[in-house]
Amino acid sequence: MPANAGGADHYDCIVIGGGHNGLVCAAYLARSGRSVLVLEAASQVGGAAITREFAPGFRVSACAHLLHLMPGSIVRDLGLEQRGLQFATDHMPTTAIAPQSAPLPIDPDNPSVLAQLSAADAAAFPAYRARLRRLAEALYPVLDSVPPRLGTDSWQDRLALLRIGWRIRRLGRPDMRELLRIGGMCVQDLLDEHFETPLLKGALAFDAVLGTCAGPRSPGSVFPLLYRMAAEAQGGTLTRGGTLAQPVGGLGALSDALARAALAHGAAIRTGSAVERILVRDDRAAGVVLQSGEQISADNVISNADPKTTFLQLLGGEHLDTGFVRRIAHLRARGVTAKLHLALSAAPQFTGLAESALSGRLLLAPSLDYVERAFNHAKYREFSAAPIVEVALPTVRDASLAPAGKHVLSAVVQYAPYELAAGWPQAQARFADLVIDALERCAPGLRASVLAVELLTPPDIERQFRISGGHWHHAELALDQFFFVRPVPGAAQYRTPVDGLYLCGAGSHPGGGVMGIAGRNAARTLLREAA
Amino acid sequence: MLSESEPHYRQPLLKTPFHERARAHSQVDSFIAWAGYTTVDVFTFVEQEYFAIRNATTLYDLTPMVKYRIAGPDALRFLNRLMTRDIGKLRCGRVAYSVWCNDDGHLIDDGTVFRLGDSEYRLCTGERQLDWLLDSAIGFDVQIGEVTEETAALAVQGPTSCAVLRAFGLAGVERLKPFELGWFALPAALGADSQLMISRTGFTGDLGYELWMRPEDAEDVWDGLMQAGRECAIRPIGSRALNMARIEAGFILPNVDFVSSEHTLRVGTERSPIELGLEWLLDFNKGHFNGRRALLAEQQRGARRRLVGLDIEGNKPAHNALLYADKAGRKTIGSVSSATWSPTCKRNIALAMVDAPHTATGQTIWAEIYLNRELVWERRMARAQVVERPFFAHERRRASPPADF
Repeated sequence: MPANAGGADHYDCIVIGGGHNGLVCAAYLARSGRSVLVLEAASQVGGAAITREFAPGFRVSACAHLLHLMPGSIVRDLGLEQRGLQFATDHMPTTAIAPQSAPLPIDPDNPSVLAQLSAADAAAFPAYRARLRRLAEALYPVLDSVPPRLGTDSWQDRLALLRIGWRIRRLGRPDMRELLRIGGMCVQDLLDEHFETPLLKGALAFDAVLGTCAGPRSPGSVFPLLYRMAAEAQGGTLTRGGTLAQPVGGLGALSDALARAALAHGAAIRTGSAVERILVRDDRAAGVVLQSGEQISADNVISNADPKTTFLQLLGGEHLDTGFVRRIAHLRARGVTAKLHLALSAAPQFTGLAESALSGRLLLAPSLDYVERAFNHAKYREFSAAPIVEVALPTVRDASLAPAGKHVLSAVVQYAPYELAAGWPQAQARFADLVIDALERCAPGLRASVLAVELLTPPDIERQFRISGGHWHHAELALDQFFFVRPVPGAAQYRTPVDGLYLCGAGSHPGGGVMGIAGRNAARTLLREAA
Repeated sequence: MLSESEPHYRQPLLKTPFHERARAHSQVDSFIAWAGYTTVDVFTFVEQEYFAIRNATTLYDLTPMVKYRIAGPDALRFLNRLMTRDIGKLRCGRVAYSVWCNDDGHLIDDGTVFRLGDSEYRLCTGERQLDWLLDSAIGFDVQIGEVTEETAALAVQGPTSCAVLRAFGLAGVERLKPFELGWFALPAALGADSQLMISRTGFTGDLGYELWMRPEDAEDVWDGLMQAGRECAIRPIGSRALNMARIEAGFILPNVDFVSSEHTLRVGTERSPIELGLEWLLDFNKGHFNGRRALLAEQQRGARRRLVGLDIEGNKPAHNALLYADKAGRKTIGSVSSATWSPTCKRNIALAMVDAPHTATGQTIWAEIYLNRELVWERRMARAQVVERPFFAHERRRASPPADF
């Protein structure tokens, strides 16, 4: 990678944090001729989209582990495929697994296995998926755009609202009604209306609660599902529309490609440069002070850090109004999602699982009740006694990640609340054991093949990835923290109360998942204002 | 004070440490609720109490004023972000009047800040604000606690107030300059080995002091002052008489002249310091403070309305009067929030919120006054002139040392 660590003492733009959104933002700004410096605290760029060694010879995508939400337009704009982004697979099937029952492929186009369980479900699945897809696609302009401000006289804001209204109106009356009906509903009610197979319902509910502090019976749990589908729908050319992809070399390879794009457009990147605070002069962001004491000035500062870190730590309440600080302090941003990495001596043998399914993702969420029970614990600051798990085996398609013949298991695990009543240091090993046991029941012999274990709880994620609360969406993704109120009113259009300070991270609209839209929108906002 | 034998729901209003004395002096049993305490509205009759404020010495129980102790390494930074004034300019042993706003530059409340030490302050205000203060403290190393119940407060106001305090045994009190505070030993005759704090502050626009003491000293101080002030015709006063004096002095009162933006429900009923004529309290050069960005924008845009003083023809107070640009009353341009006949100025005065551009001094507007003549109501359009405030500001309020009279 061509290195450019800058060295100037003044830049047009400083981006705090070289996560994927920070890199996307830097690349777009540099492409428009701005002098840009990205400051990354860690020794490598990528933030929560990195690949690193967790056991000797074993590498894994350390936080996010699948790519499915980044719009094809960003991939094309920044020429990521020319800059080394390749896919080990761009069509990862999803399979529901459960102890003592045969794996069930979750594929509306191929419902043959489902038909053996329930002919009715097999018949209903394609229509269910098609309708949700239509609703999700109507929401795409919401996802992609800079949220309009409410109650202003600006034509830009009004047009943006009209555009959204028009897309929804164009759905036609039945779908429009359905969108209004299910928009705030709980996913269990929706799934119970359509299906009877517990395994199918559990797996479909998984995507609705993934990364959120909610269970299938929580109000509004349909919303994250629609959101995910809307983002997937625009995966477009990147991942053949709505399927999951795995870059060669893990998600770190995507970050490397983004960094190359930023560098190619002239941005400078400095790693190992943690920002201590944001400088404010005459009520305007004026640069940053590094933890080393070094001071770098800039006309604009764009923060890829989460909102709480940005406003409460890097900027400080002194430069903000109390009401705004109060909203930031109340932002719901405590993670419930843990990450488990296993180094395996052999490929795991999931009972009854087809060879082809091993390169996809496996969901352990056998029924709605199982998922809801798993969530119950989180309400009382306990970890799930029977957790829900998303498993990927990146080494099946990318042997470079492990020594020959050996494998890596990468799992997203819920629920593991940030504030555990018992305290994580005492509970960490027990929780890892419990997850391995749960997987062992679906893949006998797994435990015997485990060479090394790494469990990242939300406090670990907070420490390692510098995300306040260890929430990998930076802030809970829910209707009350979405679009014009994400992260909070007063900072929902990427600009902040302090002139020259912008947000570009997952705490901004449209939120988490390796998407890059927040980074691109922040760059667009800044460029439009300067124009 | 609350106790188990007297649960709060049986006794929703607290009694101040002066309560027994006040009850003994009350002739008309006219008590009102004020910030959770029961206090006197009128002791005898309003005019008598009013003239005591302007001609003698008066005692007024201030205990219900909400008091916060603000201390810690970041106390000054905290206050400067909270308040519109530059608290950095406030020296130890001084008091400053200031206001504080929400994010939109709308007034939350006004109050006085006492600098008690290098990093210790007291905030004295009309309404409880702990929630706002604590949220404002996020990110600051500062401790905030309410000390209302721990501190009894008594205003001693009037032209002879300094003489009375000296007669009471507080030697040196005459050296206090306006907005200065000091600590004084209680007179030995009281037998209590404690101190009280005196600030030369008040709400009357005249010479006066506020005494801050331990609740257990309250009755002794009251008794001692009543004794020492007998020759000066000292008398306790209630809120009604004080209200006349404060309108003359041009001071605003929450829930009368403005409603805290923390309490308003209707859009457009909040008030900014600029609208309330408190621009002199805004320091845009001291760094950021709550509402600064909104207030800067308002200053550039120009305020939509302003609080003005009115001099109204006739002698009938224009309570709640609607104001018009013309005598025919075709165009409403505001309303009166405080009104009184001023016995000292011999003028019919009022504080009113008036829409721009009718706020210039000297402008004539019209007030619609309703008169109750033995239940027969009459409506009168009275000519009103926008005038400078305050209506009453005697030189002796600034004189140091004050004369005895």
